[in-house]
Amino acid sequence: MFAYLLRRLLYAIPILLGVNLITFALFFVVNTPDDMARMQLGVKRVTPEAIEKWKTERGYDKPLFLNPAVSGVGVVTDTIFFAKSARMFVGDFGRAEDGRDITREIGLRMGPSLAIALPTFILGLFVTVSFALLLAFFRATYLDFWGVVLCVAMMSISGLFYIIGGQYLVSKLWRLVPISGYAVGLDAWKFLILPVVIGVISGVGASTRWYRTIFLEEIGKDYVRTARAKGLSEPTVLFRHVLRNAMIPILTGVVVVIPLLFMGSLLTESFFGIPGLGSYTIDAIQAQDFAVVRAMVFIGSGLYIAGLILTDISYTFVDPRIRFDR
Amino acid sequence: MRAVRSFFLMLLLTLAACGSEQNDPYPTSERGQSIFYSAFTERPKHLDPAQSYTEDESIFTAQIYEPPLQYHYLKRPYTLVAGTAERVPEPLFLDARGNPLPPEAPSSLVVSSVYEVRIKPGILYQPHPAFATDGNGRLLYAELDAKALRGIDALADFPVTGTRELTADDYIYQIKRLAHPRLHSPIFGMMAAHIVGLKEFGETLALASREQPDAWLDLDRFPLEGVTRVDRYTYRVRLTGRYPQFLYWLAMPFFAPVPREADRFYSQPGMAEKNLTLDWYPVGTGPYMLTENNPNSRMVLSRNPNFRRETYPCEGDDGDSESGLLKDCGKPLPLIETAVFTREKESIPYWNKFLQGYYDASGISSDSFDQAVRLSVGGDVQLSDDMRERGIRLLTSVRASTFYMGFNMLDPVVGGKSGVGEERARKLRQALSIAIDQEEFISIFMNGRGIAAMSPLPPGLFGYEEGEAGINPVVYAWKNGRAQRKSVDEAKKLLAEAGWPNGRDAKTGEPLVLNLDTTSGGMGDKSRLDWLIRQFGKLDIQLVVRATDFNRFQEKLRKGAVQIYFLGWNADYPDPENFFFLLSGSEGQIAHGGENKSNYANAEYDRLFVEMKDMGNTPERLKIVRRMKHILQHDAPWIFGFHPKSYTLGHAWLHNRKPNDVANNILKYQRIDVAERVLRRHEWNAPVLWPLVFLGVGLVFLIVPAVIAYRRRERSIARSTSEH
Amino acid sequence: MKFLPVLLWSDALIWFLAIAGTILGALSWRNAPLRAAWRRVGSSRTGMASATLLSVFLLVGLLDSLHYRPRLESGGQDQPVAYAVEVLSLLDAIAAPLRTRNEKTYSAPLATRAYAKESIEVVDADGRVHAERVFPRLKFGGAHLGNDEGKRAEDVLRRVLSAGGLAFGLLGLVSFGVSIWLARGQKVSPGQSWRLIWKGETEFAWNAVLITLGALLLVLLPVLALCVDYHVFGTDKVGQDVFYQILKSVRTALVIGLVTTLVTLPLAIGLGVLAGYFRGWVDDVIQYLYTTLSSIPGVLLIAAAVLMMQVIIDTHPQWFSTAAERADLRLLALCFILGLTSWTGLCRLLRGETLKLRELEYIQAAQAFGVADLRILLRHILPNLMHIVIIALVMDFSNLVLAEAVLSYVGIGVDPTMISFGTMINNARMELAREPMVWWSLAAAFAFMFALVLAANLFADVVRDAFDPRTAGAS
Repeated sequence: MFAYLLRRLLYAIPILLGVNLITFALFFVVNTPDDMARMQLGVKRVTPEAIEKWKTERGYDKPLFLNPAVSGVGVVTDTIFFAKSARMFVGDFGRAEDGRDITREIGLRMGPSLAIALPTFILGLFVTVSFALLLAFFRATYLDFWGVVLCVAMMSISGLFYIIGGQYLVSKLWRLVPISGYAVGLDAWKFLILPVVIGVISGVGASTRWYRTIFLEEIGKDYVRTARAKGLSEPTVLFRHVLRNAMIPILTGVVVVIPLLFMGSLLTESFFGIPGLGSYTIDAIQAQDFAVVRAMVFIGSGLYIAGLILTDISYTFVDPRIRFDR
Repeated sequence: MRAVRSFFLMLLLTLAACGSEQNDPYPTSERGQSIFYSAFTERPKHLDPAQSYTEDESIFTAQIYEPPLQYHYLKRPYTLVAGTAERVPEPLFLDARGNPLPPEAPSSLVVSSVYEVRIKPGILYQPHPAFATDGNGRLLYAELDAKALRGIDALADFPVTGTRELTADDYIYQIKRLAHPRLHSPIFGMMAAHIVGLKEFGETLALASREQPDAWLDLDRFPLEGVTRVDRYTYRVRLTGRYPQFLYWLAMPFFAPVPREADRFYSQPGMAEKNLTLDWYPVGTGPYMLTENNPNSRMVLSRNPNFRRETYPCEGDDGDSESGLLKDCGKPLPLIETAVFTREKESIPYWNKFLQGYYDASGISSDSFDQAVRLSVGGDVQLSDDMRERGIRLLTSVRASTFYMGFNMLDPVVGGKSGVGEERARKLRQALSIAIDQEEFISIFMNGRGIAAMSPLPPGLFGYEEGEAGINPVVYAWKNGRAQRKSVDEAKKLLAEAGWPNGRDAKTGEPLVLNLDTTSGGMGDKSRLDWLIRQFGKLDIQLVVRATDFNRFQEKLRKGAVQIYFLGWNADYPDPENFFFLLSGSEGQIAHGGENKSNYANAEYDRLFVEMKDMGNTPERLKIVRRMKHILQHDAPWIFGFHPKSYTLGHAWLHNRKPNDVANNILKYQRIDVAERVLRRHEWNAPVLWPLVFLGVGLVFLIVPAVIAYRRRERSIARSTSEH
Repeated sequence: MKFLPVLLWSDALIWFLAIAGTILGALSWRNAPLRAAWRRVGSSRTGMASATLLSVFLLVGLLDSLHYRPRLESGGQDQPVAYAVEVLSLLDAIAAPLRTRNEKTYSAPLATRAYAKESIEVVDADGRVHAERVFPRLKFGGAHLGNDEGKRAEDVLRRVLSAGGLAFGLLGLVSFGVSIWLARGQKVSPGQSWRLIWKGETEFAWNAVLITLGALLLVLLPVLALCVDYHVFGTDKVGQDVFYQILKSVRTALVIGLVTTLVTLPLAIGLGVLAGYFRGWVDDVIQYLYTTLSSIPGVLLIAAAVLMMQVIIDTHPQWFSTAAERADLRLLALCFILGLTSWTGLCRLLRGETLKLRELEYIQAAQAFGVADLRILLRHILPNLMHIVIIALVMDFSNLVLAEAVLSYVGIGVDPTMISFGTMINNARMELAREPMVWWSLAAAFAFMFALVLAANLFADVVRDAFDPRTAGAS
């Protein structure tokens, strides 16, 4: 187990390097350091000297990947790429172009992001699994049929409509919750309830349908028939046997996304004015703040890899037959 | 099903917790307090007075920093009055040998001008740890190390604060900071051309900074030739030549005081890692101080307890007294205790929160405009009845800015030089100026919130003229007592004269295709593009629009790779020079890297510009300004677009508001009637509960058949398995 | 010639896809299990109903994929022939009244007057001019009514009823034709086959097709009858007909949903099969590649790539002679980027499946006999993966259409000049805040996008059930 984990962790390094390389390539084709300087220095009255100064100061005056002017290791190390990405592996993301420390900022914004994402995730999982179990229970009846139709209809609606419509009805017409905003601590609940409910609703269709298929597949297996033949009641069969055995396929899909919850949701956060990582990312893209985008990509990939590892570990808990030491 | 039930339960709980105003976005503890609520859309990037240059930032910096001068709150046209200074300084003109000259001396003789600023004694800074001293008067937090900084994350974590009297040195220190190599002040390049010795000073600093890249640069160690200290409260600034606009700069935060202690305090190692910088925690003498700084969601300005005694003005324009603007005459400022600014990125929530009474004032986005405002018979704007019933008040003013569609004069077609010829190109530009119906643009896209431009100069500036004298004779004719745009036929005639009858080259028959470059946010919006293409289509000209992101657009302008482009300009200060320089040959983008993106160069215009630049607002100046306007109207290097009007709405409980586009330090004059606000908010925000009840009933209707079906099914499965 | 045909890249690809799809369909007909699966799809009522709806969308999309530049009116005979820079499509030509009849600004569905008041100068009896605030009459909407605006309801009703009658008539005609055709094939009397159809006893779900067709006709014909003289779904901020925009959005959605797979498929199939079949270092490299790509948060990757592509497009204006070509290339690039970011999932699936397949005895045997790897891949592995590929194809379509809306909304989607559901929503979302509310753009975009995605989802479901060996037996 331990050796396996270590291997997986080591494997993460080349992946993160690759991710970094891709971001760099993409971003610097878009933005020459000159562009970044201009963006940051504003539009009015910018002189070429000011741009040069800005670049030198932030270390953007070096070549991108290879520095032929220097000899030895410097060819690789004395470049923007090395200077900017080496430190990320030790958790130092540097500063955003507005001078703020990125690590600190991320720490600040993680809370709001999680405050939305975590309840949405848990509530969503709970609602969809229950709904799917219900459909599986009523399989091959008109309830099941219309339930599936409802799911398909719900997943055919763009997420934008859920947000626009929900905000319009609940906040504007009915005045039940504040339209947007965020507060720290317990006061946050009234800001969170609408985005969380909308988040759950917009995800119900696709997940329910998926879980239902998994359950139905499980129900078709022999052991379920045996269990039923033993005289167990249908709910017992569903909860004891079907749900537990369907855990593995559910876990594969679910555990992977848990770490990514930290990244927040781009749309929800910007619509509801929640100062989380999602809106941080959007702001950074719009302001072409490369340092932040790079940091977010790095963290996102890291979390994804963590999710993969977590998935593997969770298998061993659900199904003790799976072992990783070969 | 259980999930459904728990959701329903949760809603019920919400209901139970419901008083009224369930949608109040602020903590209950803030209710009933003298707090001004507003929003900001863009997060401020810089709060350092040497760097901050955008309007979003000046909402904050202007309340915190006090430059020596300010604009009179009520008087129009905008008048400079003393801020922290004793009086508005009069320049002293010197000739080559340093002898004083009379004010009316010709510009050619004036080699330098000296401004002597004398500030009021006894002004104190806001409480700040940088000033904290121990019993012996030594600074407490001047030599901190990593250990001392442990446990400190925000400015509020320093237990002791102090204050100090404002001195002339603080102003000098800030002028020196404009040249600081690590600060990139946007006006350094321009000021270096005016303040004697600032350029050399910048070079010295750059050298010193390179020697010690990480150390604090004590600016007091380096002398600046053009800026001298006379006594504790007086300093002098020497400029090259005449530069009367300098007074306007003295009213901007660029020339606000920065105490050396604060600069030193923030430069200590370990501070920047904790985001403790002057850029984020400003220190000023102004009426407010920044007490909460979270640019992602909330910025809070609180009253500065050490604020000097300043009172509400007692005189204003005609009509100010009737509209109640003089009621607070003589009261000590500021009138509001705290101002809370919330980040609001999307305009729909912004607008709705204003309507619910959670923002005290709001600008109006184009799309909510119809709801708020209707145009009256006479064409002037009034609030809609609904708004008026709510007691909302509307403030209108034409902003000191202009939007235009510029031609690149180096382009062979629209510019003419080394191409189709100047005369043809000019006629083409004139034809286009007529064809593009700015009035329609304003009415569709700005809901009438603007006036069509006749020249670069917006109303309210010296040289702007109303009525027949002010119209652009190329585009308009004066009929029935108002300006009327010439007909498309006349534009077509001009186009035919230019050699493109019906949009086809008279000789080759090639269709005329023009390219417009724009940003996707500005003109690039789909509906605007469609509209524009239709305007060009009136003359049978094919328009190709190339919308790009802002960086790319700027780059194209820089390289002169555009044909037609769309831009706007906000005045730095209310003087025609600030608009005319955008077309002066010496500012040419390609030739000199300046602000003249059209690369327009007209010898006569340039000569007049140099002459006009340094003049006082005399009749002679007006004459020159008129000449310059006519040259521009005839040459049409721009299609003059419009001057936007700013419409802001304020609730009935917000008093003492007068539109102001030049000054930003206006928060201190405003007053809030808290009781009225509490009442109104309560009245407007009764929650609508029937949907919840409806939802509940609906759920019951869903659950009951489901339960019945469940029972039936369970029985049938049991039967079927037992039959097996 | 009155026009200059223009072949946009996306046109070429769309038509290529249409033809390739037909050929592939024919090929898969020769493969027995696939044929059986297609039969299952054909007998599903939901499947055929959604397929009918989809084919209407497809028809609109294909009509919109034949482009040309109209010739400019020339002043004299000696002038050379010149063509407009505007690129139109066959759909534009058919829908010319919708495209060209623009009002000044907003008007409600079927309105004859504008939605907002305007000052209009009125000349009094004494010759003085004064301004009055009125709802101005629309230039085109209901213009045929002249001064009889009151007759609008009557006119609309008349058109709807006659179009509805026509729809029923057409439906009857088509069903009659189908039953005759079926009767000839199956050697029964037309009456019998008519009964078979409506009882749902034909192998192919004719009843579903005909009912959907009928419903479509009942909706579309009245709309068509009305859109000639009214703005059925109102007009937008600059007075453009919303119905026209909806029609144009269909193509964008189709291109995004279909052309993207052109990028996804070769990558996913090629790499997935290679990794699964050869294992070893090939597998390692490919796994590294897709883990790396899929670990980058999707939106960020897309945003960066879209910005990059925009730079390339902006720095090479000489590549495009018209704005349409530019927008088109941007659309294709978006497809390309979406494809690059979405092949990883399918690739992983195919790799897993190939790993399983290569352990099968007959493939082991083929390897032992020294059959060339390429031959094994083409003859034995690929055909057995086809069902996964087909399922993935149909499943992806709706997701891509939805993704386009979100991306355009965030500002990293299609060219702002290109009409798409995303740009429509983006432009319309502010309208909800207006008072009175402008709801029709959003509602129309919602309804049509919902119909398209719902049909695609339902069809995908049926295809999956039919092709997936695990579920195929059950249904």
